[in-house]
Amino acid sequence: MADFAVIGQSVYRKDANSKVTGQVLYVGNIEMPGMLHVAVLRSPYAHARIRRIEKSKAEALNGVAVVLTGAEVAQMPGVDPYFGPAFRDQPILAVDKVCFVGDPVVAVAAKDRRTAEDALQLVEVDYEPLPAVLDLLEAVKPKSPLVHEQHRPAKAFADLAHVKAGQKSNICYQFKLRRGDVDKAFAAADRVFEDTFSSPPAQHLPMEPHVTLVYLDENQRINVWTASQTPSYVRTELSNTFGIPMNRIRVRIPYLGGGYGAKLYAKLEPLVTALALITKKPVRYALTREEEFLTITKHKVITKIKTAVKNGVITARKCEVFWDTGAYAEIGPRVVHKSGYTSAGPYRIPNVWIDSYCVYTNHVPAGAFRGFGVPQVIWAYDSQMDIVARAIGADPVEFRLRHALNEGEAFATGTPVKSFGIKEAIRQASEAIEWSKPRIAPAGSKRRGKGIAAGVKAVLTPSISGAIVMMNADGTVNVLSSTVEMGQGSETMMGQIVAEELGVSFDQVHVVQPDTDITPYDTITAGSRSTYHMGNAVRTAAGKIKAELFQVVAKKLEVNPDDLVAQRGRIFVRGTEERGMTISEAFLAKFGSLGTTLTGEAICQPEAIPTDPETGQSEKCTEYWFPSATTAEVEVDTDTGQVKILQFYSVGDTGTAINPKHCEQQLLGSAITHLGLTLFEEMIFDEGQLVNGSLLDYQVASIKDLPDSFRSIVVEVPHETGPFGAKGVGETGALTVSAAIANAIQDAIGVRIHELPITPEKVLRALTQKKEKSSPGKVQ
Amino acid sequence: MKMTREITLQVNGREEKVAVEDADTLLEVLRDRFKLWSVREGCGVGACGTCTVLLDGRPVSSCFLLAVRAAGREILTLEGLRDGKDLHPIQEAFVTQRALQCAYCTPGFVLSVKALLDEIPDPSDDEIREYLSGNLCRCAGYADILRAVRVAQVSSKLA
Repeated sequence: MADFAVIGQSVYRKDANSKVTGQVLYVGNIEMPGMLHVAVLRSPYAHARIRRIEKSKAEALNGVAVVLTGAEVAQMPGVDPYFGPAFRDQPILAVDKVCFVGDPVVAVAAKDRRTAEDALQLVEVDYEPLPAVLDLLEAVKPKSPLVHEQHRPAKAFADLAHVKAGQKSNICYQFKLRRGDVDKAFAAADRVFEDTFSSPPAQHLPMEPHVTLVYLDENQRINVWTASQTPSYVRTELSNTFGIPMNRIRVRIPYLGGGYGAKLYAKLEPLVTALALITKKPVRYALTREEEFLTITKHKVITKIKTAVKNGVITARKCEVFWDTGAYAEIGPRVVHKSGYTSAGPYRIPNVWIDSYCVYTNHVPAGAFRGFGVPQVIWAYDSQMDIVARAIGADPVEFRLRHALNEGEAFATGTPVKSFGIKEAIRQASEAIEWSKPRIAPAGSKRRGKGIAAGVKAVLTPSISGAIVMMNADGTVNVLSSTVEMGQGSETMMGQIVAEELGVSFDQVHVVQPDTDITPYDTITAGSRSTYHMGNAVRTAAGKIKAELFQVVAKKLEVNPDDLVAQRGRIFVRGTEERGMTISEAFLAKFGSLGTTLTGEAICQPEAIPTDPETGQSEKCTEYWFPSATTAEVEVDTDTGQVKILQFYSVGDTGTAINPKHCEQQLLGSAITHLGLTLFEEMIFDEGQLVNGSLLDYQVASIKDLPDSFRSIVVEVPHETGPFGAKGVGETGALTVSAAIANAIQDAIGVRIHELPITPEKVLRALTQKKEKSSPGKVQ
Repeated sequence: MKMTREITLQVNGREEKVAVEDADTLLEVLRDRFKLWSVREGCGVGACGTCTVLLDGRPVSSCFLLAVRAAGREILTLEGLRDGKDLHPIQEAFVTQRALQCAYCTPGFVLSVKALLDEIPDPSDDEIREYLSGNLCRCAGYADILRAVRVAQVSSKLA
């Protein structure tokens, strides 16, 4: 491997000092003179027509600037009252009907939050309840009531160009994959396995809830400060929604207190912009935690999976995957497409059939959650992988290795896989947990077992990252990028890549925060794409500056530019450092004065060949893959159903690790979060009403849930076109946690859990059923 | 009927007179009046720890405490932790152990760790886990935080 100065070094975060002192800028710290605060009245019905809204008393309250309804938004000139990244189906405020319990109906902007809340008490809304669509599998039936009469595509993203207008169905998008002949393979099989797995809705729970501040500047331009993972998209969405030119809108993003997919696309921005346009005052809306639960969720998923085995080898797999996308599609179609085509796993299966459905219901809208739906499909296919292996007497590790795709073999989409370290991940995960070591004998009511799961996610393709790198005459650098620093360490990653490319120190690189007036377009900070896409963009942009400097230095020294290198702040002839000059000297040579800048610009835009609408086949469905494997050892108490994680190993193929410690941290953090999602997290709905929508009732992993022994392991299979060989890592650790735990439980107590979360109640119930089966006729 | 009264708060070693409404939480007063941005609301029900401050040395959820109840008592926020320019040893440990990512939870964690080490200078692993279980980190950097406590425990003694 090449000798790098800062790539592969675990430098400390650029933002460590401002963060550890609490002085880091979040949107919530920004205040404007005369700023108004927002409170929102939300629907108490899952589905109802709005008959009448009486708001005059609220408007008369002292300190209230405006009381706004959806009907009024719809009458604002040039305004499209509906927005959304896949379909324009979500109203800024409910226009004629409400579609879930929590749907925003009336917004108040007032001098302070309490006054706004007081005003809401004075609003009366008259509803006419409609039949609600609450069961995912009922919703797809032709006779089901409809959530929306029509589906209007948004045309905002190139990868969603295939999303079509629809009507008279709750299925707003369907992905199909057909490869080989599954019917023939099932008919010829030795054994056929059929299972149904489910995964519940959950909340992302960024510790910083959504917050947006909008004001009009002295030129009446719309200025937006918002906690968002998508600055470029927010600007486009506001431009489309309000009919305002893009350069009349400025979106700025400081640091985020977590995102995990919750802060993608537009959320509060359209509403707060409407309120700022009407009041001509700065307006801030900060969600309460309870409102956060009513804003976005992780998709509930039901997967029916059927697998054929002949001579110890899987010959066919059929998957039907149902995604509850809630009242508004949000990014559901992207989740259903991208996760849909991986539903059969990273395995060699000659005959595959996949139907993946994006389904409207009257629940809280569902979007992307760290993994974009892939954790839900892996939960199904790699739980079943274990069922099959055990049933035919194969070792679960060996069975996965037997089927795992080799470099260059075709995925179920027909795409040959590249930089595909799945086997290495499986091997390392099984070695870490000493897979082949004999199991510990049971003690009292405690039973121990080990489990493994493997899986893969493909990066969203096509997508675009633009960057500008600006070098100053003193050798320092400013990087202009719309990648959002939300904790993942993107600033540090970009700093390392640019420092390496220009041969300057990491400390000399400053990364400018996303600002649509300044930083170029970026599709999204999500999906483990920034290191590859933005990393490539900033590297190429920096490379252009380096090439210009090399021209100048080569001319001055009368050498070939190809013989020059940039290291330690100098440009010199390779091997003879004294034959060269400092960056400042090179600037002086080029411009004849200091204080000048050199600018490089680049766009990284990997292309894909769209999957065929009937067969899901594509010679290239994605730019790169990130394989994951998890092993766990559990101890199950057969008296209580409690599951304790004794050992836990998360392995991910990240490509070249730009910052190894940060890669390990991403793997482990996403994995520990998913331990909580595996064992207890679940949003519970009763007739469409969320019953545990507060942190008093909704449990997430705390430091107490850290296993006794754990480690994350980075597998580095370099990608030929990644920046210095890097891929992505933000989601990898999340992918295979749930199935690994369920498989370990099966190993420990011989029962199979099909529904997440794996609560003690479910474990006990499964144990009881097993006892009843093994001793029929006996009464307990 | 809104009741307003003047109270005295001891904030980061300074005596501050402030007029508050009875319904004002300590969190609201620290943020809105004193602009102490390290104090952040995460859940509003005292369950996540992001709004943790030390009240007479003990961690409390400032979102769940009325400001009037803090009158006359010593309040420490992260802004008051440092003595001069250098980072406090606990902060130093959070940096070197990379025990922060999005860092929204960091001020609450750092203050809880201070209270922990003041109360139990040599905590066991279980005591650390128990003490910090009221602070949530959704980036789930718990392993790094645990390590930071261990490092801070040593450096606090050397300091």
